[in-house]
Formats: sequence, structure tokens, C-alpha cells
Amino acid sequence: MTTAMSDETTAAEIARIEERARFARLETVRLISIAKTGHYASGFSCAEILATLYYGVMRLRRGEPDWPERDRFLFGKGHAAATLYPLLADWGFFPAAELDEYTRLGNAFGDHPDMTRIPGIDFSSGSLGHALSAGVGMALGGRMQGQDFTTYVLLGDGEQHEGQVWEAALHAAHHRVRDLVAIVDRNDHSLDGQIDGVTGIEPLLDKWRAFGWEAHEVDGHDAGALLALFRALAADRERTCPAVVVANTIKGKGISYMESEFGWHLGWLAPQDEANAIAELEGGR
Amino acid sequence: MSVAPGLQPESWHLLTLLERAPGLHVLADTLSDLVDDGHPVVAGTADLKYSNGLIRFQERHPDRFVQFGISEQHMVSTAAGLATTGLQPYVATFASFLALLACEQIRTDAAYTQLPVRLIGHHAGITLGFYGTSHHATEDLAIMRSIAGLTVIAPADPAQLGAALRASVDRPEPIYLRIGRGQEPAVYEDGDLSEFEIGKAIAHGAGEELTILATGSMVHPALQAAEALRAEGRSVGVLDVHTIKPLDEQAVLAAAARSERLMSVEEHNVLGGLGGAAAEVLSAHGAGTPLHRHGIRDEFSLIGPPTHLYRHYRLDAAGIAAEARELLDGAAR
Repeated sequence: MTTAMSDETTAAEIARIEERARFARLETVRLISIAKTGHYASGFSCAEILATLYYGVMRLRRGEPDWPERDRFLFGKGHAAATLYPLLADWGFFPAAELDEYTRLGNAFGDHPDMTRIPGIDFSSGSLGHALSAGVGMALGGRMQGQDFTTYVLLGDGEQHEGQVWEAALHAAHHRVRDLVAIVDRNDHSLDGQIDGVTGIEPLLDKWRAFGWEAHEVDGHDAGALLALFRALAADRERTCPAVVVANTIKGKGISYMESEFGWHLGWLAPQDEANAIAELEGGR
Repeated sequence: MSVAPGLQPESWHLLTLLERAPGLHVLADTLSDLVDDGHPVVAGTADLKYSNGLIRFQERHPDRFVQFGISEQHMVSTAAGLATTGLQPYVATFASFLALLACEQIRTDAAYTQLPVRLIGHHAGITLGFYGTSHHATEDLAIMRSIAGLTVIAPADPAQLGAALRASVDRPEPIYLRIGRGQEPAVYEDGDLSEFEIGKAIAHGAGEELTILATGSMVHPALQAAEALRAEGRSVGVLDVHTIKPLDEQAVLAAAARSERLMSVEEHNVLGGLGGAAAEVLSAHGAGTPLHRHGIRDEFSLIGPPTHLYRHYRLDAAGIAAEARELLDGAAR
């Protein structure tokens, strides 16, 4: 009975996460239509990851973006911020209407997230390779002050090229920063094409393990699998090292012609194409 | 005490290096005192705790010390992360590796975010002598000064470093502190600096013929040079411009109004540092007082023992005095 109830609860949670991921994609399309340029595909690949963290995993309080005990989230691949902003608005961190002026002159909301102007952004990003270091600092700072929040850092797979990622990986493992979870959105593409053809990063899990991290692999579009894994990591009090989740994803997931077509790293859809894209996303229920 | 059985007392190694750099004790000891006083100070370095003396901090407050290893960029970004949790991180490494190697992390993670990160660039300028250009920093003031929201301070001596650290502790913005190798002679006694204020230059005498604007390691030789020039009957003053940004514009303009000539002296390229900052202020206010910028003249320094380099580049007391004499005599001709 208890198990059945719990399964039911989980099924409802998974449905909720999937619905919020769809919402994040639709909002991404809307925001990019305002800016007339944007990173559809980079946001689409991590929509389920973001929705799972924000609606199933992270310790947050509605309307209290600065709550000291909240779990932290850092967006290494900050160019996908348009997919995160709607979730932060949904948490009541700022009025959703503020997004209507996305990227307009002087607006807080740009292509990359600015912590000084956007409630709910725990760290500014945009320059690849920095976020894991900043996350190590947050986790260390929390530990030094007896706080037990978890720090989540979402990295791109292209971002693995940056040397500073590996400085941070070494350091976090050395200091056993256990309340730190890195996620790699392995969508197999960076700006110039397939990662394998740009500068290969495989075998990625082996690399992280060699650096002293506990490494897991998951289907980055399977909300149920993501939820189970993140919850297991949060519940594991035995682990003494940081953990990394390599999430296998499809760049552009959700729009048929965008999937794994690297040109959609950056782009814009004219009005009729945008309407068709919205219809496709809404049809994907 | 010898460093190994049977060795002469003059022999030394890394672990006794600090005894030869008393000026650096102030860094670790002041930060340690700040922790004792209840400030949430954290100190870190990139594998240089014996070179910058932070070993002394680690010994007093091991829980507040972070060893980053040789990862300067990671160190700066991590310091920013630490600052988001309410801590006040002070991270230190050679100025060359801090201001140049980790420049973008300083700009993006500490300054853009306006987090209270304190960056200590030590062994700045050409203090690392024959280590060569990789270890020199004659560009850091120019680079750091152009980063929005970053305060830039170059203390003249250990006492002023202590005062600057104490003054920094409650400030909300990121700060770059540029210091030498800890062997700089004292300009000040602790008591002299009770009114030390970030952004407020300290005048040492008024010069009708010349005011020397000096910063950091150049304040001491500039004062000696001024004394020699005064002994020759010339009217020369010195302005200790310890804060490069925000520059004490009123003090620079007052010196320009009082003196026939100005000369900036810095252990830095003549482009973009103190001299550049002063020139910007003078031109903006239409001050007609000529400014001679003295320093490293847009070249990579030769290698050599630091004192020899100071002599070569006329950055010791005799050299600064000679430069000033030529300036004044040239003006008289």
C-alpha cells in the first residue's frame, strides 16, 4: 500500500516535471522570439534536467531566492539561460511579466544570467569553465559555516574543453567536497559541430572517475531516471567525494528538425515557423 | 639556526625564506587578527604559502585556509563562490599569475558580480628580477584599473599593507592589492596610518617646483629622492598615491595647482598605471601642469637582481632624483 502510494506520488511528480520541461521549452521559444536570436537547441537539451532539479530535487522556498539554506544552482552553460528564467519566475523569485522585456535595452534578462540583477540566479555565468570553481567555493563556504545545502552545477559537454573545469575537478576531489553535484549535459555538440570532430572528450565518465569523482550516466530526457538518480545522490550520506552525472541528451530535443542539427545552436524562427514549433511542442504530451 | 645539521647559519631554504621577507608577515598576521576579531575572513593561495607568508595564517587558522594548488584561475572563481556564502576571501599569488593569468576570472567572477573578493598580487613589478618576464608584472595596474567596480590599491610598505587590509574588511566591493616581495623598507610606523583611508592619497610636503606622484614600492625611494633634491635647494613634494582606483583626483589636481611640474613614479609600465590615471585627470580638468611619467618604458624588463634593475631603470632613490633633476633642469633651460 505504502509502495503503491509512493509510486503514484512519483508518477505524479514525473508528470509534473515533464509538463514543466515542456513549459520551459515553450517559454524558450517565446523569449527567443522577443530577442530575435537565441540558443534553442542548448536549452532544449537540458530542459528535463532543469525541471527535475527545480521541481523534484532542490531545496527551495517559493518567493525567497536568497533563503540561506536553499540548494544552489550554477549554470555553466549560461547561454541556455532563457530556458531557466521561466522556472525562476514560476518559483516567484521575480514577476513573470519581467521576461516580456527579455534582452531589451537595460533589461536584467540577457542571453547569459546576471546574479546581480536576477533574483534566483546563484552565480553569473557566460564564460565557460568558471562555474564549477564557483560551485566549489559555495560548497566549501557552506561546509566551513556548518550549512548543509547541496550545490548543483550544470556544465556543457563542450565546456569540458576548458582547462579550469579540470582544475576545479582536482580540487573538489582533493578536499572531498561531497555536497557538490556536477551535471554534464552531453548533447554531443558544441558551436562548431559534433564534439568528436571539434575536440573529443571521451571516455568522459572514466575521466571524471580518474579525477576522484563518483560518476553516473543517465538518460537526460527521462524525468523518472533523473529524479531517481538525483534523489539517490542527495540521500547518500556515505559518499565522501563529489558526484558527477553525465546526462545523455539530444541537442534541440523536442523540435524534429532541430534535433542533433548543430546549426540550431543559435538561430531564430520566423513567425509561421515559430507557430509550428509551438504546435509541435504542445503536441508532444 | 641552520637549516640542516652542519650547514652554516647563512644557508637558507624555502621554509626559512619568510624570515628574509618580514614585510610579508603583515599579510598573514593582519588577516589572522581579523579572524580573531570575528571577521569571516578566509585566506587562500596557489601553492605559494611560503612565498607570501600565508603559512603563518594557516598555522593560526587552519580551518580558514584554502590551499588551491597551482590553479590560479580556479582560485579566483572559487573565492567568488566563497564570497556568495558570506565569507570574505583573500587570495594571494604572484601578481603576474593573478592579474594576467586569472584576469578574466577577476573581471567576470569577482568584479561583474561585485562580490567582496580580495586579490593580493604579490612580488609585483620587477621584484622577481632574474626570474624573468613570466614572473614580472608591469601591466597589472593598467589591466586591473580598467575593470569596472574593482578597487586597486598598491600599499607603500608593510604598515600600509596592514592598514589597507584592515580598511578593506568591511567594504562590499572586490579589491586588488598590489604588493612587493616583503623586503621593502618602512615608510610608515603603524601610528602614522591611523587616518589611512582607501582612495585618499597622503601628501609628504608641498613642492613648488615638483610633486612626485609615487605608488607602492616607489614611495620610499621617491621620498629619499625628494629629500636629496630639497637638500640641493629645490622645492619638491611627494604624494603617496596608494589607491590607484578610485584615484584621489582632488589630491592630484591640488598638486598640479601647487607645482610647476609633476612626475609619476611606478614599478610598472608608464602606460596605463598611475601615470596614465593621473594624465587622464589632468587632461579632463584642463590642468596645464606638465606630467612626466617615469617607470618601465613600454618594454619587457631585463633580468637581474632587483636592486640592480631598480638602478638600471632609475627606480631607486638616486635614479628618481636624477630623473627629476633632468626634468627640472630641462624645464629651466
